[in-house]
Amino acid sequence: MSKRIDVKDLNVYYGDFLAVEDVTINIEAKSVTAFIGPSGCGKSTFLRTLNRMHEVLPGARVEGEVLLDGDNLYGTGVDPVTVRSQIGMVFQRPNPFPTMSIRDNVLAGVKLNNKKISKGEADVLVERSLKGANLWNEVKDRLDKPGSGLSGGQQQRLCIARAIAVEPQVILMDEPCSALDPISTLAIEDLINELKDQYTVVIVTHNMQQAARVSDRTAFFNIAGTGKPGKLIEVGDTHTIFSNPTQKATEDYVSGRFG
Amino acid sequence: MTSTLTPVRKRSALTKGQLPKYAPYVVLALALIVGAAILALVGFNAFGWGIVSAILFAIGLVSWSAAVEGSRRAKDKLATCLVVGSFLVALLPLFSVIWTVLVNGVPGLLTPGFLTNSMNGVTGVFDTRAVEQGTPVLGGIYHALLGTVQITLLATIISVPVGLLTAIYLVEYGDDGRLARAITFFVDVMTGIPSIVAGLFAAAFFFAVVGPGTKTGAVAAVALSVLMIPVVVRSSEEMLKIVPNELREAAYALGVRKWRTIVKVVIPTAISGIASGVTLAIARVIGETAPILVTAGFATSINSNVFSGWMASLPTFIYTQILNPTSPANPDPSSQRAWGAALVLIILVMILNLGARLIARVFAPKTGR
Repeated sequence: MSKRIDVKDLNVYYGDFLAVEDVTINIEAKSVTAFIGPSGCGKSTFLRTLNRMHEVLPGARVEGEVLLDGDNLYGTGVDPVTVRSQIGMVFQRPNPFPTMSIRDNVLAGVKLNNKKISKGEADVLVERSLKGANLWNEVKDRLDKPGSGLSGGQQQRLCIARAIAVEPQVILMDEPCSALDPISTLAIEDLINELKDQYTVVIVTHNMQQAARVSDRTAFFNIAGTGKPGKLIEVGDTHTIFSNPTQKATEDYVSGRFG
Repeated sequence: MTSTLTPVRKRSALTKGQLPKYAPYVVLALALIVGAAILALVGFNAFGWGIVSAILFAIGLVSWSAAVEGSRRAKDKLATCLVVGSFLVALLPLFSVIWTVLVNGVPGLLTPGFLTNSMNGVTGVFDTRAVEQGTPVLGGIYHALLGTVQITLLATIISVPVGLLTAIYLVEYGDDGRLARAITFFVDVMTGIPSIVAGLFAAAFFFAVVGPGTKTGAVAAVALSVLMIPVVVRSSEEMLKIVPNELREAAYALGVRKWRTIVKVVIPTAISGIASGVTLAIARVIGETAPILVTAGFATSINSNVFSGWMASLPTFIYTQILNPTSPANPDPSSQRAWGAALVLIILVMILNLGARLIARVFAPKTGR
């Protein structure tokens, strides 16, 4: 239940502004790939192109190819909705639906699409997803309470449960821990380690230690200056990127000389 | 520990040079007494007493403060006096209106049959008899109440879908493009349309489409919708705008289509604000008089069909009862009925406002553990 992503010569635009230039990267199935780099270098922008969330913003567009197991996401006639149901996303700030209970939040992907599901199946799905997100034990007695009553870390795990409930091939995480305390961050990182047994995980992070802890491969993005496009500088095994990078800029960044 | 080094003092050094706590009350008492004395010279009345005392109070407190506390605190006291004074001035008309309507309206409202009878068959003869022989005032507002409720309900049924869908277009699909900006502009223009013009528009429209002289509750409802739609658009637009974009993105990322996201995530999140906005829009048009006069005419009997025949409503009922009393020689029963109707109208508006708050609370996204 996981697919690889191959990106070829991808340019990302906001209107006429070239935000990310010429990215070519292979993301392996059943592994964790981390994107690191200074603020504004286009990591999140690039991540959002991987499930066509980028084009939700007015004027945003891309050139190039993103292949999900060989199928181009940006091919003619491809429905972005189909893409997004295969490639889930977890956002920087936890965003459970405020009008729904914890249970309904987990079932949101099913219910919002009006798919028929029996109560028994729904119970199984809720339990499996919440267990998958390491949240079951904390919320099993209050599934009917609103999701917004949980703590920040619990809300973020609820969002992960919501994402895996639709059984995607790939999970994209856009700085999932940046709004969380160290304990919740640890919980999410443990969860990411478990998720890679089943899913392809791509995570954007500002925290280099986090990238080193959770990822198998790391991609370093950089930007030459304000108004210039972000670029993929280097990608490789996390160990190599942090200990023996080939590019000078990568070495400077991971050793804390800038950024 | 035989002795403390701190000398016993009456007041802390840090609070030196302040007016005592009771100062405002002393000044107020003095201002009231002096005010009464001044008014006694020119002829006493309560309103003048209040004004003169308030001015004396402000002058007294500020100058005492200036003498003891210095200019900064005196300015502070002056500002406080102005703010509280303005607040009281703003409250005055509100309480005055409520009081007047209550005093004049309660006798009408308590007359038996006031809410359940129409004016059908009530002539000047009965009113003259009521004045001269003290019999109960006949006639009621049932027909007008029914008309108001029906016309407003129909206007709401027309305006809410149109207004809400317009707001959805503006917020979700408009992209701030040329069409969206044009719509926003014309909605703003519509907000400023005088209500009589809306009435004339609806009347002329139905004259042209259905036939000359078409005056029914439905025409009035269309006129009221013209007034309601911009209010509904504006309030719904604001409510939809404050739904965080993150929720839309969360739904998109789950593979949910845009229209489903709007229907199942955006609108439920904003529904409390939308509902209270709609309720306030209803409260806004329920008291409109002019557009109903030119579109629904005026009836004295019960007409429960909005699509045929003239129809009464509370505002037009009040208007005609005051302007053309049922018995021109003895207008008192008519004015009693008019005040009673006015009280009912105010109660309706108040219920709608309370309803808006209730709706907002019931539909509000729940928090809590």
